[in-house]
Amino acid sequence: MQLIGQTSIDFLGRRKIFIALSAVLLLAGIGSAVTKGGLKFGIDFKGGTLVYVKFRDAPDPERIRGVLQGKGLSVATLQPFQDSAESHELKIDLDLAGDVVETSGKDQVIETLREIYPIGEGKLDFNNASPEALAQRLLAERTLRDAGHSSRDLTSHAEAMVDWRDQAPRSGLLRDLAELSDVPGVPSSVVAAVPRVAEAGAFHIGGVEVVGPKIGAELQWQAIKATLFALAGMLVYIAFRFEWIYGVAAVIAVFHDVFITIGFFSLFDREIELTVVAALLTLVGYSMNDTIVIFDRVRENRAAVRKSSMTDLLNLSINQTLSRTVLTSGLTLVAVLCLLVLGGEVLRGFSFGLAVGVLVGTYSSIFIASPVLLWGQGLQTARAGGGRRRR
Amino acid sequence: MRSRFGLKIALVAGVFLLCAWRVIGVNPNWDAIRQNLADNIALGLDLKGGTHLILQVQVQDALKAEADQTIDRIRTRLLRAGISYTSIRRNDPGSIEEADSIEIQLDGTPTDRVSDVRAILEEEAPSWLASSTGGSSFALGMRPSELLRLKAETLQQSMSTIENRINGLGLTEPVIQQHGRAEAEHEILVQLPGVSDPARVMNLLQMSAQLEIKKVIDGPFSSPEAARSQNNGILPANSELAHYAERGRSEWYLLERNPVVTGRDLRGATAGRDTQNPGAWQVAFSLSRQAGQRFGIFTAANIGQNLAVVLDRRVQSVASIESRIESEGVINNIDGQTESLDLALVLRAGALPASVVYLEERTVGASLGADSIRQGVRSAIVGVCIIVVVMLAYYRLAGINANLALFFNLLILLAVLSAFGFTLTLPGIAGIILTIGMAVDANVLIFERIREELRAGKAVVAALNAGFGKAFLTIIDTNLTTIIAAAFLFLFGRGPVRGFAVTLAIGLLANLFTSVFVSRLIFDLSMWRKRNLKEMSI
Repeated sequence: MQLIGQTSIDFLGRRKIFIALSAVLLLAGIGSAVTKGGLKFGIDFKGGTLVYVKFRDAPDPERIRGVLQGKGLSVATLQPFQDSAESHELKIDLDLAGDVVETSGKDQVIETLREIYPIGEGKLDFNNASPEALAQRLLAERTLRDAGHSSRDLTSHAEAMVDWRDQAPRSGLLRDLAELSDVPGVPSSVVAAVPRVAEAGAFHIGGVEVVGPKIGAELQWQAIKATLFALAGMLVYIAFRFEWIYGVAAVIAVFHDVFITIGFFSLFDREIELTVVAALLTLVGYSMNDTIVIFDRVRENRAAVRKSSMTDLLNLSINQTLSRTVLTSGLTLVAVLCLLVLGGEVLRGFSFGLAVGVLVGTYSSIFIASPVLLWGQGLQTARAGGGRRRR
Repeated sequence: MRSRFGLKIALVAGVFLLCAWRVIGVNPNWDAIRQNLADNIALGLDLKGGTHLILQVQVQDALKAEADQTIDRIRTRLLRAGISYTSIRRNDPGSIEEADSIEIQLDGTPTDRVSDVRAILEEEAPSWLASSTGGSSFALGMRPSELLRLKAETLQQSMSTIENRINGLGLTEPVIQQHGRAEAEHEILVQLPGVSDPARVMNLLQMSAQLEIKKVIDGPFSSPEAARSQNNGILPANSELAHYAERGRSEWYLLERNPVVTGRDLRGATAGRDTQNPGAWQVAFSLSRQAGQRFGIFTAANIGQNLAVVLDRRVQSVASIESRIESEGVINNIDGQTESLDLALVLRAGALPASVVYLEERTVGASLGADSIRQGVRSAIVGVCIIVVVMLAYYRLAGINANLALFFNLLILLAVLSAFGFTLTLPGIAGIILTIGMAVDANVLIFERIREELRAGKAVVAALNAGFGKAFLTIIDTNLTTIIAAAFLFLFGRGPVRGFAVTLAIGLLANLFTSVFVSRLIFDLSMWRKRNLKEMSI
């Protein structure tokens, strides 16, 4: 099977169109970021409090927002997260209140939810209980003690029930405590005792993140610094294996990709979270790989066909590697799209960045790195030629 | 020819068996593989669930305490030498950034005794640098080397105290590490796998747990002012006021400044029900032999007097000495069982030399982490299946070769991860995806090159040789560039960036082996003794 045979497309002849396209994409990203008042950073970078909550039935976000604001908390976003017929989740994001970590914000979110979805007086909320808390309640149940359950047994039963609650398809939320009869290894007398001490509440706290402002700034700087060092390392390697100008062209293309991808995050109103940094790092590696494949071919062809012009050489090399480019990029994109569609909400920002990155990274090797290399080579020969003339 | 193959086959088979043994184990049924993977591959908190905390040690507290002790010593010496002064005090740096500005100011000493004062300062404050203004005032700043030493020591002590407390809770596989630049940031990273409700732990780690038993001079008073007016407006020498609050009562006691016993003298502490106050809880402690003797002498000499148990500068309870007490004491009036258990634990673990604040708290519930893994793994399997099918359709028999190389690559990656105990995190999965992309790319590069050579009219074996030979350089360049990048990310990055770099670097090294060496070997083996082959399935 063959998708693309031998082609001879004049890629570099149309370079102005594509450079204009890149400029438009870059400007659109910058424009969007400016009009939206800067990039939207996730809690990792801007600091604040984030609570993931899973609800049994569709929640009323406006009501929750109202009650939280009534308590003087500044709610940055309150968005549905993976909302579907069988699963209702909310991501509640509070802005930073002070310089140190404000754990009270988390407590207030939980307290507010408890007000809206109350449970019976003195009962334990099974859907948010830790194994220790459940064990403590069970240990206090006299009927269980009388039935001859040792405290060690009760502790391990409590652990088993909470573990079972956290597994799919329940994922932390029971509708009815009667479901517990399915837990393997827990005797029915213990299951029967649970409703006496606990109740299945209407929500489950899936995760909490509280990040102070210092950590956010530090993380951001750390990631940027590491990436810049990595780019410098690649530049030196390429300069060593090829020529300086090849490295410069490849690095310019990588910067182009990173900025356009970040611009897409602004255009699509997506938060830049910590996982997005991983996606950007992947994109740097991918784009670099793609560019080197073409440059490698240029180097090889240059040795073989000495007389040809640089434009022809680049065009020839891009065409020769085109079928490889399409296949590799296509397959990588397929893998990334699987992640985007099936990977779930936690991975969504990451897979979105990867999907944009693979497309832009492939595009830039042909339409950015190659023209830049052409210009650079032109400049070099012009300078060399000029020098000769002066002499 | 045959013997060269033999060596290569032995090498590949050896690597394969070693990796397979590491990942799959000896008993290849599905559940066993699963269990083995779960046992051998350490998952990060983002996938496994747990609590991740970053604490900052307020080192200025320790500097202030050191300044206070120095002031006490200087004061005593000045008094003994009969040198008068108007005041001696220290400033109050409020944050870590200001910590280095710690300073002791001594004012109003007689100008004719400058050299005596200097001698006392040199003797009693060796870690401070004194400078005099006008002969009657002295400013003491801490020596830079001493600042560094004290701050480092405070961080180390805080870390070991925190470690003791966490170990006392009996949590599984906790991580306690220094975080950030040691000399400037004083941060501690604490990771507690499996803890989804960190409130109690956070509270416990923050307790400074400074226990002191002090002699009560007078009291109780209703307010600090009342205490002062009873003593003619000023507090007696070497005394201090401490607050006592319990169920609506708020009282002040005048205590001797120097404690009879401190937390450092404890040998053990256990929680139990309050023997005098039903419904409340208590912590009983025992003293070390040396402290017990000291305490015995003190109590025998002070029968009828009152003693106060002071915890973190607040009076916890007051009791009169009825008889000589040798080695045991009780802190009562504790509200709940958990509180008493925690107090006993922190008393056993030791006091923090400085207070700590939280910079970051992340809790991933087990359910959220499990969801991430399930969805991530599901999408990875679907993605890999599509790649496998496309490679087979596109390159036919050679596609089998590429897929074998891809699986071998993933197998090596998993084996190395588990053998070296690297932790797999969400960003680590990103590194694996890039590895898959580049592993596929390597094979595509080789195959496209072989096809080109075939189109150019070369014989199969020659095309194979030329294809591998030419693609080899490209693969080396692309992989090495990215490995170099990964090395830099590992060296300079932290946390998530590092997780990415590790899987990527391992994956690419494996890729060099599988795509260049293993893939070539499979081709060579299938071409063996078919030197004049006219066609190949690619």
